[in-house]
Amino acid sequence: MSVVPPPRADTAAVRVRRRIVQMCGHGRGGHLGGSMSLVEILLTLYQDVMRVDPTRPDDPDRDILLLSKGHGAIGLYAVLAECGFLPESAIAAYGRPGGTLLAHPVPGTAGVEAPTGALGHGLPLGVGYALAMRLDGAERRCFVVLGDGELQEGSVWEAAMAAAAHRLDRIVAVVDRNGLQITGPTEEVLALEPLAAKWASFGWTVRTVDGHDRNQLRAALSEPPEPGRPTVVIAVTVKGKGLPYVENQVHSHYARLGERQLARAMAALERGDQAVRP
Amino acid sequence: MSGTGPPDRPAREVCAELVAELMLADERLVCLDSDTGQFARVDFGAAADRYVNLGIAEQNLLGAAAGLARAGRIPIVHTMATFAATRALEAVKIDVAFGGLPVHIVATHGGLSAGSLGPSHHALEDVAVLRTLPNLRVVVPADAADAACLLRQCLAGPGPSYLRLGREATPRLPPRLPPVRLGRAQVLRPVGGDVTIVGCGPHPVRLAMEAADALAACGIAATVLDMHTVKPLDVAALTAAAGNGTVLTVEDHWAAGGLGSAVAECLAERGIARVRRIGAPDRFFPFAGEHGDLLERAGVTVDRVVATARAMLAEAPRRP
Repeated sequence: MSVVPPPRADTAAVRVRRRIVQMCGHGRGGHLGGSMSLVEILLTLYQDVMRVDPTRPDDPDRDILLLSKGHGAIGLYAVLAECGFLPESAIAAYGRPGGTLLAHPVPGTAGVEAPTGALGHGLPLGVGYALAMRLDGAERRCFVVLGDGELQEGSVWEAAMAAAAHRLDRIVAVVDRNGLQITGPTEEVLALEPLAAKWASFGWTVRTVDGHDRNQLRAALSEPPEPGRPTVVIAVTVKGKGLPYVENQVHSHYARLGERQLARAMAALERGDQAVRP
Repeated sequence: MSGTGPPDRPAREVCAELVAELMLADERLVCLDSDTGQFARVDFGAAADRYVNLGIAEQNLLGAAAGLARAGRIPIVHTMATFAATRALEAVKIDVAFGGLPVHIVATHGGLSAGSLGPSHHALEDVAVLRTLPNLRVVVPADAADAACLLRQCLAGPGPSYLRLGREATPRLPPRLPPVRLGRAQVLRPVGGDVTIVGCGPHPVRLAMEAADALAACGIAATVLDMHTVKPLDVAALTAAAGNGTVLTVEDHWAAGGLGSAVAECLAERGIARVRRIGAPDRFFPFAGEHGDLLERAGVTVDRVVATARAMLAEAPRRP
């Protein structure tokens, strides 16, 4: 006898994950796993934390979000659609020939501040934004969302040093700590741990949260910085979150879903399937 | 290699002082340094908060410049030529050039000017590498006064620039009229000569003029262009000057990919002239010596320009 679970509440996170899955289907491909892990991080930033206005995406007083892990683009587009920056039709437009919604974001799309995709560029850009914000005397903040594998790029640590040395407390880095990169666990490919201690030793305030718990994220991201210190939020996440059969799977990095796979994924999201935990 | 002009000050010193002066007048300007030591004696006065030394970290330097530019500032970035062109290339490409952002890279130690500092500090590839990037101006001034003049013009224009300077003082060139203009080749010996010499940078432009004088003594008239703006190339001036069908280029750069290649591409595609390139040969230069010593060793000399011009004319005059 099987128990049919009740239909899942149609939350923002579910709608966002549905869009992400859609963008990996219909003849298109996308960075599925690392976009699914980002959902709560980006939703919390856009809906609860950042000072942004979808009717004025170029507002000079807005907070800045840099998706340094540019391969999370479909996660960003899905959240931008959820928050009114992009029309729902953008989801169908992703990857269409001649369009500008690419697998890595390029400016020209509301909410995309800078082109990213080559890893290790977001934090240096954030250093520049934060310097400008300080010179302007503006009460703005710059959020830089990084992948954990991305932290293997040396430029991240150049910028980490610069942000601390120049006391750039308007920068908040968020690490999507899903633990996986293309060929395997980060700790097997090029170990990052002790990650919190690394950031702390570079002069950053470190906050570690469950990256799928919006209350924890909201608290960590909203808390004012320690004066003169940049903040990093290490958001512990699950690559492929929301699709139990791809969660924590290395092969979830990039997916091109056929019609049956797409239907299976959408059904799993509708049911709110949970991964079986050991 | 001796200069013909009076002693000059290093272009990098002149530009550093100019940057400080311009920053007082324009609050958008921000000076980003990478611990070059260039600003040790520069007084920024009321603009001191807009001088930021980001340390020895050139990728962050160029990325931060792009962030500042996206936030409405106009960064002037100081590093050595080879570090901008190679170590920080990806940031120059994606963060700066792709966005067409007003980031202005003032690069020192161009070409072989680093002398005994060796191949790690020589920049014989920078023009080749950077002129492939869309939106980025590539500018190689011929002396300190031109460098200051061209820097002002870069800052006044939209989009990013790469201004390639040397290390030590180089000879001041005689006053030339009209004053140097960004994007316009300067005609130093009139169009209509038997041969056309196109150069850029302090020593090459000077030795192009010296070669023209030597050729004149042999009854050969040489047109000389200072192609200080390698990108965008002044195609109109070049094609007009190449009407004699015989063009040679001279530069402090590997012969591959630099000014000579830009000129050859332009003229070959138009079927206008035969071209010979004088630049550093396809090798490194791990030798002690001053800038001039290394240029001699690389064969970037007056004698070679003269001999090449004579050989080309002796092969087959190609006056249309």
